[in-house]
Amino acid sequence: MGLTLMFLMPIILAIVIASVQNSTFELVNENKIPVLLLNRDTAAPAKALEQALAKVGMFSIKKVEDIRETAAIEARINTKDALVAIVIPEHYSTDVLTKAKSVTSEALKGLDLAADTIASGKREASPVQLYYHPVLQQSFRKSIDGTLQSTLQFIQTKYIVKDMYQAVNAEDIPSSLEDQIVSNQTPVVEIPVSKNNSRQIPNATQHNIPAWTIFAMFFIVISLGSSVVREKLNGSIIRLRTLPTHFGLAIISKQITYITVTLFQAAVIFSIGIWLFPFMDLPALNLPADMGGLLLVTLICGWCAASFAICIGVFSDTQEQANGFGAVSIVLLAAIGGLLVPSFVMPPSFRFIMQLSPLHWCLEAYYGLFLEGGHLSDIWLNIIPLLVITVLLQIIAFYGLKRKNLI
Amino acid sequence: MIPAIQINNLSFSYKGSMQRGIQHLHLQVKQGDRFGIFGPNGAGKTTLMNLMTGLLPYASGSVQLMGYEVKENRKKVNTLFGFVPQDFAFYHELSPRENMEFFGSWAGLVKKQIDKRIEELLNILQLQDVRNKPVNQFSGGMKRRVNIAIAVMHEPPVLFLDEPTVGVDVQTRFAIIEYLKILNDKGTTLVYTSHQLKEAEELCNQIMLIDEGKTIAAGSLSELLLEHRQGGLEGLFLNLTGRAYRD
Repeated sequence: MGLTLMFLMPIILAIVIASVQNSTFELVNENKIPVLLLNRDTAAPAKALEQALAKVGMFSIKKVEDIRETAAIEARINTKDALVAIVIPEHYSTDVLTKAKSVTSEALKGLDLAADTIASGKREASPVQLYYHPVLQQSFRKSIDGTLQSTLQFIQTKYIVKDMYQAVNAEDIPSSLEDQIVSNQTPVVEIPVSKNNSRQIPNATQHNIPAWTIFAMFFIVISLGSSVVREKLNGSIIRLRTLPTHFGLAIISKQITYITVTLFQAAVIFSIGIWLFPFMDLPALNLPADMGGLLLVTLICGWCAASFAICIGVFSDTQEQANGFGAVSIVLLAAIGGLLVPSFVMPPSFRFIMQLSPLHWCLEAYYGLFLEGGHLSDIWLNIIPLLVITVLLQIIAFYGLKRKNLI
Repeated sequence: MIPAIQINNLSFSYKGSMQRGIQHLHLQVKQGDRFGIFGPNGAGKTTLMNLMTGLLPYASGSVQLMGYEVKENRKKVNTLFGFVPQDFAFYHELSPRENMEFFGSWAGLVKKQIDKRIEELLNILQLQDVRNKPVNQFSGGMKRRVNIAIAVMHEPPVLFLDEPTVGVDVQTRFAIIEYLKILNDKGTTLVYTSHQLKEAEELCNQIMLIDEGKTIAAGSLSELLLEHRQGGLEGLFLNLTGRAYRD
C-alpha cells in the first residue's frame, strides 16, 4: 500500500497529466477545433470569409446549411456536436463593401479620383456571432476569438485594396497583386529563450514531469507523517527514548530513508518520461545538461518534503489528521506554488503567498534546469529560499517534539 | 553496594495541570530488590516511573540510577535499565524477531549478541512459533510477552515494569511473573507497578505506597503488613488510601 502510494500513484499522475496537457497543446497547435459555421449571407465577401476561415488551419468547419435559427445552433452545441459556432450575419458583405468604399473615398478625396458615392447615414455593422459551450476554457475562447478577428480584418483589408485599385485604375485588381498586398511577408519564428541557447522548444512533458515529480515527492507526507503519528501512538518513540542511542538519530535515519525514497521516485518518473513516453506518443523528457544541479535540487526537494512530513506527523494527534491535513495541504501548496496554475498568471496578491510554498521554489529550480537550460549557478536564488523553508520546518518539528516531551 | 535507585527530595508537577505530580519524594531501591510501587489512580505511579527512566524532566531533587544522576547521564543511564511501559511500545506491523532486532540494535548490541538474545528470549517467552508473524496478529498476552522481550534484550541491571500483566489471562500472568522471578534471581532489580495486588504480593519483597504524589508507606512487605495489622496487600492498600473513588 505504501509503495503504491509513493511510486505507482505519482507515476500514473505524471502520465495522465502529461497526456492530457499534451493533447491540449496539440488541440491548440496541431489538431483542428470543430466549428459549426452558419453563413446567412450569400455574397462574395461572406464566401471569402468562409474560405479564409477554412484556410487558417485552426478550425475543422462543419457548414450548416439546413439551420436558420440560432436556437438550433445552441441545441447542437448543447449536445456537444461542436463546442464552437460562428454565425456570419445577413448583411456582412454589405458592411464590408460599405466600409471599403468609405475608406477608399476618404483616401482618394484629395486626388480627384472619387470612388462611387457612398450612401449617407452610417449604419452599425452587424456582428459576427461566436457561440461557445461553457466548458470551453477562456484561453481557448481567446485564441479562437483572436483568429476570427484577424480573419475578419484580412477580408476587410482585401476589399479595401480591391476597391481602391478599382478606383485608381478603373479595372479589377489582378489576383496575384491582391495576394501580394494582403499577404503578410513577415513570418513569425518562435524562439524559446534558454540559458544554454539550445533553442529546443519545451513540450508538455518538459513542463509536467518536473512539476508532478515534486508533487509526488511531497506526497510522502501520507506515509512519513502517519508513520511518525503511529510511532507516537504505539509507544515506539517512548521505547526509543529509553535506549542508549540518541533519539535524534532515529529522526535523522527516518529522514535519510525518505529522502532516498524521493530520489528513487524522481529517478523512476524521469526514466518513464525519457524512455516510456515516446512509446505512448508523448514527447520524451530531455534531461538538463547540469546533472549535478539536478541531483542537488532533487535532494533538497526531498529533504524539504521529508521535513514537511515530519512536521505534520509531530503536530498531528491521529493518523487521520496527518493523512487528511497532509494531503490537503500539499494540494494547496501545489496550487499556490504554481504547479496547478502557472505562477506568472497569479494575481499580485498571491505573489507573496506563493513564495511561502516550498513547492514553488522546487518548481522554479527545476524549470531553471529543465526549461531554461540553466546550471546550478543560475538557480541558487531558488535553492536558498527552499533551504530556508526546510531548516524552518526542521526547527518547528524539533520544537514540537520538545514541547510534546518526545525528545 | 550502591543502590539501584536513589531518589532524594524529588518534586515534579505537570505544567498547567491540576494533578499534584510528585512532592518531596525519597526512595531507595537496593540492587536485587523486587520493588513494587502502588497507589490509587492518579497517585503518581506512572509519573514516578517516567521520572526514574528520564522520560520526564525533573527540576527539583535528585534521581540516581546505579549511582548515575539520570538527567545528567542519559546515555549511560539508558544502558542500565529496561522499560516495559503500560502500553505496547513496538512496531505492530513487524514480527517479534524484527522488533527485537531493531530495538536491540538501538540498545547498542551487535548482530551476534542480538541473534543470541533473540533465540534465548523467544524460547523463554514461548514465542518461537510466531517469531516471524506480524505482532498485530497476536493476542494481548503474546503482545505483553513481546513488550517484555524487547525491554530485556540488552540484559539491563534494572527493569521498570508499568503494569506488565494488565489484560492478560491467568496462564500468561503466571508465566510472566515466573519469568520476572528468574530475571531477579539472575540479579536484575525489578521496579514494578500494578493494580493486581495479589500478583504483587507474590512478586515483590519491598513496596512503597504513594498517594497524591507523596509516600504514605514504604518498606518490606512483611514488615508493613505486621505494622498495620493487615493480612494482605489489598487490606493494607485500602487501610492507607481509603475507599473513596479516585477517578
